[in-house]
Parts: sequence; C-alpha cells; structure tokens
Amino acid sequence: MTGTTALSRARTVRYTTIVVALAAIVTVSAVRIVTGADRLTTPGTLRQALIAACPILLAGLGGLWAERAGIVNIGLEGQMLLGTWGAAFFAYHHGWLAGIVGAAVMGLIGGLVHAIATVSFGVDHIISGVALNIIGLGAVGFLAKSYFDELSGGGPRNLSGYPTPPTLTIPGISDGARSLADQHWFVVSDVSAAVAGATTNLSILTILTLALALLTAWALWRTSFGLRLRSCGENPQAAETLGVNVYLYKYVAVLVSGAFAGLGGAYLTMVSSSSFTVGQTNGRGYIGLASMIFGNWRPSGVLTGALMFGYADGISLLPKNGPLVHALLLLVAVFLLAYSVFKFRAGELTTAIVVAVIALGALVWYFTTTRVPSAFTGMTPYVITLFVISVASQRLRMPAADGKPYRRGSAG
Amino acid sequence: MKRIAYSLAPPVVAVVFALAATCVVIAISGGSVGAFLSTIFSVPNDRILVNIVNQSSLLAISGFAAAIGFRMGLFNIGVEGQYIVGSCAAAFFGGSGLVPGPLNILATLVVAILAGAAYASIAGVLKVTRGVSEVISAIMLNYIALTMSGYLVQRYGVKAGYTYATNDLPPSSQPLGFAILPGANDVWALTVIAVAVAAGYWFLLARTRFGFDLRTTGASASAALASGIGVKKMVVVSMALSGGVAGLVWMPAYFGSVHRFGVPENFQAGLGFAGLAVALLGRNRVPGIILGAVLFAYLSGQSNELQRDGIAKQVVDITQGIVVLAVVVAYEIVRRRQSRAEREQVSEELAATPAAANEGEAR
Repeated sequence: MTGTTALSRARTVRYTTIVVALAAIVTVSAVRIVTGADRLTTPGTLRQALIAACPILLAGLGGLWAERAGIVNIGLEGQMLLGTWGAAFFAYHHGWLAGIVGAAVMGLIGGLVHAIATVSFGVDHIISGVALNIIGLGAVGFLAKSYFDELSGGGPRNLSGYPTPPTLTIPGISDGARSLADQHWFVVSDVSAAVAGATTNLSILTILTLALALLTAWALWRTSFGLRLRSCGENPQAAETLGVNVYLYKYVAVLVSGAFAGLGGAYLTMVSSSSFTVGQTNGRGYIGLASMIFGNWRPSGVLTGALMFGYADGISLLPKNGPLVHALLLLVAVFLLAYSVFKFRAGELTTAIVVAVIALGALVWYFTTTRVPSAFTGMTPYVITLFVISVASQRLRMPAADGKPYRRGSAG
Repeated sequence: MKRIAYSLAPPVVAVVFALAATCVVIAISGGSVGAFLSTIFSVPNDRILVNIVNQSSLLAISGFAAAIGFRMGLFNIGVEGQYIVGSCAAAFFGGSGLVPGPLNILATLVVAILAGAAYASIAGVLKVTRGVSEVISAIMLNYIALTMSGYLVQRYGVKAGYTYATNDLPPSSQPLGFAILPGANDVWALTVIAVAVAAGYWFLLARTRFGFDLRTTGASASAALASGIGVKKMVVVSMALSGGVAGLVWMPAYFGSVHRFGVPENFQAGLGFAGLAVALLGRNRVPGIILGAVLFAYLSGQSNELQRDGIAKQVVDITQGIVVLAVVVAYEIVRRRQSRAEREQVSEELAATPAAANEGEAR
C-alpha cells in the first residue's frame, strides 16, 4: 500500500519536473522572442554556459559527497585552487591526462587535510574549511612562484602553453541542429541550439564531468555503499550500531569531495581557459556549494543549479552582454510571478506577496531601463541562492547529522 | 598552574607546528629553509615595524568582530562582506565632504558602523525569521557585497589610474599619524580604534547585563531561553554588533594612508577571514586576540623580505592557515584529555568512598 503511494508520488514528482522543465523552456523562448535578444539561446551562448557550468557542477558534486556523509566542506574553494595548480603543473610536464589526474590528486590532498581535522579530531567543519581556503590560496601562490616562474610560457603567477584535453564534434547532429537554431523559431530553435551547443567542440573533460554526475547519483542512491555513506550523514550513531565503519565512510566521502573539487579546478585551467592564473576559481567553489544547497542536496538538483548558475556565469563573460542581461531580468520577473501564484495557491499568503513585490520590482526595472550592468549577472547565483534558502527553507532538507561532530563509540 | 599550561600550550604548539610544516613545504619545493627561518626571525626594520603595528590594528578589529559572534554561538563568516560594505559606504560618505573638517572623521566612522551593522542584520534576521544558517547566508552576502561595491564604485566613483575609486578624502579630514619612529612612515592615527574596540569588547562582555546574556546564549541557547533571555532578539542584536565592529575594520587604513576606496587596488581584501582566524587563535579573549593579530601581522610584515631569498611571500599564508587548523586541533586534544582526567578523578573518588562502592556492587 505504502509502496504504491510512494511509487505514485515519485511518478507525480517526475511528471511535475517534466512539466516545469517544459514550461521553463517555453518561457525562455517566449522571452527571447518578446525582447528580441536572440543571443539568449544561440549555440555559442549555450556552449559557453555549459563550459561555465561544469566546474560549478564538479564543485557542487564534491560538496554533495561530503555533506551526504555529514561533513560540511566549505574548503571546496581551496581544494579547487589546488586543482588549478595541479592541472597546470602536471599537464605542462606530462600531458593533459596527467594534468587531470594531478588536479584530482591535489584536490584529494586538500580533502585529506579536511578529513583529518574534521573526522579524526572533531574540529568544527566551518573552521577547518576556512583554514583550508586560506592554505589553498597561499599554497597556489607559493607553488606558482616556485615552479612556474622559470618555465617558458610561465610567470610568477601564471602559466600557459600546456596541452589541454582534445575536443570532439558530433558531425551530423552538430550541423543539423546549428542550422535549425539559426532559424530563430519558437522553442524549436532554442532546443536545437542547446543540442548544437552540446555537440560542438565538446571537451573530453565535459563528458567526464557529466559522467561523474551520473556516477555520483548511481553510487550514492543505488548501491549499498551509497546507502551506508548517506547513513553516516543522517545518523552516524545508528550506522555505527549496524556495523558501519563511520570514520572510513566519512574519510572516503571527503577524499572524493576533494578530488571532485580538484577536477573542477582542472576544468577551469584546461577547458574554460588554456592558461593558469593564481586565484582562477574566483569564488566558484562557493557557487558550487550554493548549487548544492539550491539543489536540496540531490544530484539532479545540483545539476539544475549548476546549469542555471553556469548560464548566468557564461552570459557575464560574453562581450556586449548589456541587452542580454536586460532580457534576463524579464525572465526572472516572469518566473517570480509564476512562483508567487504557486505560493498563493499553496496558501502561503505572506510569501506570495513578498515574491510578487520583488517580481514587480524586477518588471519596473526592466521597463524603465534599456540595459543592466553585467556586474549583476556575476552575483546572480548568490542572490538566487539567498532567495531560495530564505523563501523555500521549509522545502530544503539537508542530511540530519550534517556538520555535527561525531566520535567513534558515542552510540554507547 | 596546570590550567595555565593547558591554555598556553596549544597556541605555542600550533605556531611551532605550523612553522615546521611550512619548512617542509619549502624544502620539498627546493627552497632554503635556513634562509626562511633567519628572515622570519630577523629583527624587523623600522618600516616593517610600523607596518606590523598598522596591520595588527586592522586584524584585531576584525578579530573582535568575529569574536562577538563566536561568544554568542554564531559563526559570523560574513565579517568579510560586512567590512567591504562598511568601507564602501564610509569612503563614499567621507569622500563627499558633506561634513566639514575633523568632524567628518567621526561622521564617517558612524556611517561605517551603521552600514556594517545593517548588512550583518540581513543574516541575523534571516536566521531568526526563516531559520537560515548564518554561515550559508553570509557566504552569499560576502560575494554580493564584493560585486555590489565594485559596481557602485564604477558607476558613481571617479577614474583613478586604470580603475575607479571613490572621491578622495578631503585633506582637512585626514588625521595626522603618530610619527613614533623617525624616518619611517607614520603609525595610523585611527589604530586607536583597535584599542577602543578591545576595551569596549572587554567591558561589554565582562561588565554588562547584555554581555552576560550574550555569553549565556552562546553557552546554551535553551538555558538562556528558559531563564527569560529573548534569544531571537539577541541573535539579531549581536549579529548587528559584530557587523558594526566589522564595518570599522579597514577604517585605520582608509584614514591613515589610502583615502579612497576601490576594489581591488585601493582596498585590502581578506581581512575578514584573517579576523576569524585571529579570533580562533586567541580563543575570543582580549589578550589572545591582540597577540593573534600581532602574530599574523608580524608574519605578513616579515614575508615581504622573503622575496630577497627567492621564496614566494605567499608561503606565510600557508603558515597562517596551518596555525588556525593546528590550534583548533590542539584545543580539541586538550579538551578531550581534560574531560578524560575529570572522568577518572570522579571514578577514583567514587571508588574511595565505601558507600558508593557498595552501591556500585548492589547494581
């Protein structure tokens, strides 16, 4: 009985997700046509968005691994930074594959420090993370100066001229989708632009990233290993009484977390750009954390968050993006209004009114200006996350023992 | 005696450990450990000495801002964002010259406090009304502060070299520094803010009803609630207080030498995170925070000389990060050892009294 209810609820959720996703695509397309900002969904823009989304996704997945085992990993930023250096160093000397592995290992070392501090010594997770970020930035600055200064193509704070992973274009699909996208038809062109963007000059590392997202979802939710790992994040004492080696699982989770963040760093130095600079992450570790919270500690949610934030990030990197950002404002207003109606029907009057007021504000802003400074896209991920955690905090559920200290034998 | 050893040993051990770890990093990367140690422990010249004093003041203010949160049981990771907002608002106000002469200094400081407090209140209000963790909201607010201030300076500031900055502080509002060492640059006049904040912090926490409530809430929110303390109000007020102090962090530098605000050239970022580290190192106590601030400023000051030895000065960032990590680990070890010692003592005492022993047997 309960089985069927759960099943039908899962089905309803899935249908709702599909309907919402379709509605979102239609809305984006409509906004594009109304505003005339065709560059909102060209293959080029969407490719840029995908490239911007991948490092955020990797950081977000890294955060997911750690937090599902009950360890808050604010140190993602530092681990990512270590990854940027590792990728550049190993790729320069031993090729792009070594670069990817090296970045993962550097991130893993950062994860190991975090794991020793938080798991073995029970240090506050936030403190350890903050310290790790300080160490990460210092270490990358120091290592760059020590190892890159004398290389050709290098400097005290940067390096270029190392091999990057190969890219591939899927011949038939890419061209066909591209010509459809150029028609600027309603919905059809937007979808084919996404297809074209995702099949043209696709980096191996992008494919690896998406594969890791699938792997994470499978490993954490479809295997007994994942069930045990998540039980350490929900109730470590109960897990201990069932014979789970909680320390081991927490260590594994944090190490994987660090490696993922390191790969995110590799993506930044090898795909998003072809050169390394100190401080290249520019807060993307934190955006990854934001995408994880936005995604309610679930892989599909992290993916959605990363794509959304990646789109905002990608747009802010495009040249002459003033009109695009302006068009996005209308999009945001429409979404907010829809959300307000949804809240109103759910009976949450106060929230509905607050959201509606914000939406109207965005509309007024849209109609009284012709361009919006691109600085505002840069902070979109943070504003959206702040908005989501403030408005939808009841719907968010983090692992029950997330961030709580745990000591072996505390189950009694 | 034992208690003093317990409270002094962890920071000392942590600093030694951090320096040792840094030496290992330098040795691995092929640098000279001897040169590093001799430069770090050399007697600083007059110019560096003044820089150490100046930087200590900024770090101490930031440390006290973080400590107010810590004592309340709040992790105000948003000091970084709050002092950006405070500095930006203060520089716009101070540069506008609305208030003439020296009075402008006072008015600008008030603006800095209010701006920092208002910004911190966002996190406080979200915590009590929506149950949002102050850590998460503050991380988001830090980046919003950085982006917004950058935008505002670009939009309403003036061109300064290649970048934008706020209008310069009128010369009539620039305080004279303390020329303590002849030949070296001045110690900033407003380093006195650090002294005032230290005194205020001590007085507030140790001598007022509010401070007592704050410490009680930090020790146990449920006990505080049961004894009639309005915990929600305390969260918002202490968050605002922490943010108000955070707003002042950069003010000594602003009035002392920079006189304008613009990210990144005319600003010093990262002081908020360093302040958290200083507060942790100093265990939220006044002498501890001051010593922690001096230590961090000393390391940064001496690091500039490291370039001469061919060692990148960022290496002291590694030292600082490891110090924080090592000191919290050390405190945790001491805490575990103390609680074990207490447990053993209690069981020994129980075994010594026959009644208790009998009771134990009866069970």
